[in-house]
Amino acid sequence: MLRTEIAPLAVSVGRSAMHDAAPSVDRSGADAESLGWLQALSGAGRRHDEAVEALHALLLRAARFEVARRGGGRSGDLDDLATQAADDALMAVMRKLHTYRGESRFTTWAYKFALLEAAVKVRRRAWHGREVPLEAEGWARLADRRHSPDADAESSELIAAVCDGIAGALTPHQRTVLVALTLDDIPIDVLADRLGTTRGALYKTLHDARRKLRARLSQDGLALESTMQGGRS
Amino acid sequence: MSHHDPSRTVDLLARLLGPAEPELTCEECFEELDRYVELELGGRDADATVPGMRPHLEGCPACREDHDSLAALLSAEPRTADA
Repeated sequence: MLRTEIAPLAVSVGRSAMHDAAPSVDRSGADAESLGWLQALSGAGRRHDEAVEALHALLLRAARFEVARRGGGRSGDLDDLATQAADDALMAVMRKLHTYRGESRFTTWAYKFALLEAAVKVRRRAWHGREVPLEAEGWARLADRRHSPDADAESSELIAAVCDGIAGALTPHQRTVLVALTLDDIPIDVLADRLGTTRGALYKTLHDARRKLRARLSQDGLALESTMQGGRS
Repeated sequence: MSHHDPSRTVDLLARLLGPAEPELTCEECFEELDRYVELELGGRDADATVPGMRPHLEGCPACREDHDSLAALLSAEPRTADA
């Protein structure tokens, strides 16, 4: 059954991406097996088609591993998810083939595409139909933590300063992203979908917000690291 | 029933404030992930070879999951130890 699914895929992959080579990439560190993969996938004919099929089998195994690892099991529905992930990963690998630098084994490099595709699909599926709370003012809940039994005097002071920083230093968008990702634990891919942006762009927003907060704390002579030493000792 | 656990508040603050050190972006993390994990599993100094990766993995749960999954997958393969 796999063969009938893969054969047309191999042809379309061969037409779309095989000539996309970048001679400037230094692959002097690549092992012989990895270079063999690269040559076969970059070539044409039967050897190429067999390599594509073998690669898809590896990617499918990785995608199934990831789905199972996330508690997805192996029901038919979830196996479809893994198959979709492997198909998408195969296209991504073939598109990016020219960027492989040989700094890891080729199969390791390829696996990461399958794991990423599977993880994103599992997270999206888990949140499908669920409301994603987007509340820029949700950080106000943080203030309640000051009076929590878990907060000692030092962390209570830090929480108060963080609240001030969120209120005074961040934009509404930065607040929304910070609250969603760090307080509400919304997966970054899911949030990116809902906001019509990318994971990288969202993490940049989060990074900028964190940097502003840290700068504000530093101005006040506070630092998380000293509180961590106290809280974890 | 309730018990005090200051580390919970510290963990929350750590999630909010993220890593203090310079870190890679998500795109750079994905680019380096295979090399980093192989170095780790080979017992080599992955953090020195790929600066900024460890702080990013501490600050980005999704990339951390990708890292942990790749490490687990490779660890399940018998030939990883020979890399």
